[in-house]
Amino acid sequence: MNKERTVKIVLVAVIGVVTALGAVPLYRHRHSTMPVIAGPGVTKVIKLSDYAPTLKGTMGDIDVFVMEGKEPGGKAFLMSDTHANEPAGLLALMALVENAVVDKGTLYVALTFNASGSRNTKPGDGYPLYFDIPTEWGQVRFRFGNRDASPLDQWPDPDVYIHYPERQALSYVDGRNTNRTWPGRPNGLLMERVTFAAMELMRKEKVDVAMDFHGAETMFPVTNCIVAPQKSAKIATMASMTVKAMEGFDNHVEPSPGNFRGLSHREIGDYADTLPFLMEAPIPFLDQPTGPKTVKLLIDGKDDFLLSLSKKKKLFVSYDETGWPMDKRVGQHASVALEILKQFSKKNPERSIKLSGFPRYAEIVQNGIGKYFHDPAKADPKSVYFE
Amino acid sequence: MPVITIFYYLITAFIVGMLGWNFWHEKKSVNDMILYLLVIVPLLLRILRVK
Ligand SMILES: [Zn+2]
Repeated sequence: MNKERTVKIVLVAVIGVVTALGAVPLYRHRHSTMPVIAGPGVTKVIKLSDYAPTLKGTMGDIDVFVMEGKEPGGKAFLMSDTHANEPAGLLALMALVENAVVDKGTLYVALTFNASGSRNTKPGDGYPLYFDIPTEWGQVRFRFGNRDASPLDQWPDPDVYIHYPERQALSYVDGRNTNRTWPGRPNGLLMERVTFAAMELMRKEKVDVAMDFHGAETMFPVTNCIVAPQKSAKIATMASMTVKAMEGFDNHVEPSPGNFRGLSHREIGDYADTLPFLMEAPIPFLDQPTGPKTVKLLIDGKDDFLLSLSKKKKLFVSYDETGWPMDKRVGQHASVALEILKQFSKKNPERSIKLSGFPRYAEIVQNGIGKYFHDPAKADPKSVYFE
Repeated sequence: MPVITIFYYLITAFIVGMLGWNFWHEKKSVNDMILYLLVIVPLLLRILRVK
């Protein structure tokens, strides 16, 4: 064998091995699942594709946990992991599914709304693939995803993503962003099919309230807030003022811009009779000028660079040595959600939604969110779902 | 599969072919050989549809 051929064989082997070593963790992340226990309040688990057959068999199809009260009332659709790198909403809604009981009305809960995004990552930013939350019985492992769906599930990207049906030109990458593809269409991009199925659920089930749980950078003005269009503004304002007065945390209201298309807080209200709300909790991990993107930063939100920027008044939230811990973010989501349901119910008594067993801000901050996750090994196997 | 996706697979296959050809015919530069291999990896995975 000549020297050139030997060199080539060695190179192919080395690069093959290096590729495989790099690919295995990503492959396992993409194919991993998170156990979720359908708690006492879950009456059935349906598929999002029940509302849009074109979603069936794709990475966009997900479980929707339905929690029906003994008494009929209003209906709410709650979703987390629209952006799967903003996990406070996922933790809040998982605690809801595992613990809450609905007394009146119905909740529809989608935990990994962008399932493909929750199986994607952002290698260029050195994202961790998982993070753990401690509980009394051990650690619960969560998949940490990315803002956009994986190009493995939706490819190729267009040069310019043209929003349907408003035809606004958006960044190419936003075709994979389930907070730019609302209200979607049945035969469009996979992410358009995901949002279309959710729109169909809301239209067919006559859902009154939709809540989309996010996190936003501390250096971004739209953070620590409820984003609401005109039709939801009154309820959002009442919820914001009540949590400030009763629970002592800030959560202002941001108006949903009328001519920025594709966002849940815009299109759900425009294309269904539903009142949309988008909740933003601060997430220092996503800020650009931080130290390494570690699990620790994701959980405790402590960063020296942000601290120094805070002293220079460059942040849009208060920030000190205590950082912005996950429990605080999850707690805010929980309390704001409960308060929105309460304010909606006050204004619409015949469509009211009442639930119990879901912790509020102070309890979550005090106990840690892990207290509300149950051991899947001890649960009835029929009640364990893998997301 | 939409027509545009089919075209993208064809383009990808074409580039894989070109890179493979160049790798095969590269006689001296080990540097270039490594570069051809590195660039071919994601394209090859795309054609093989490894997810
Ligand atoms: Zn978000």
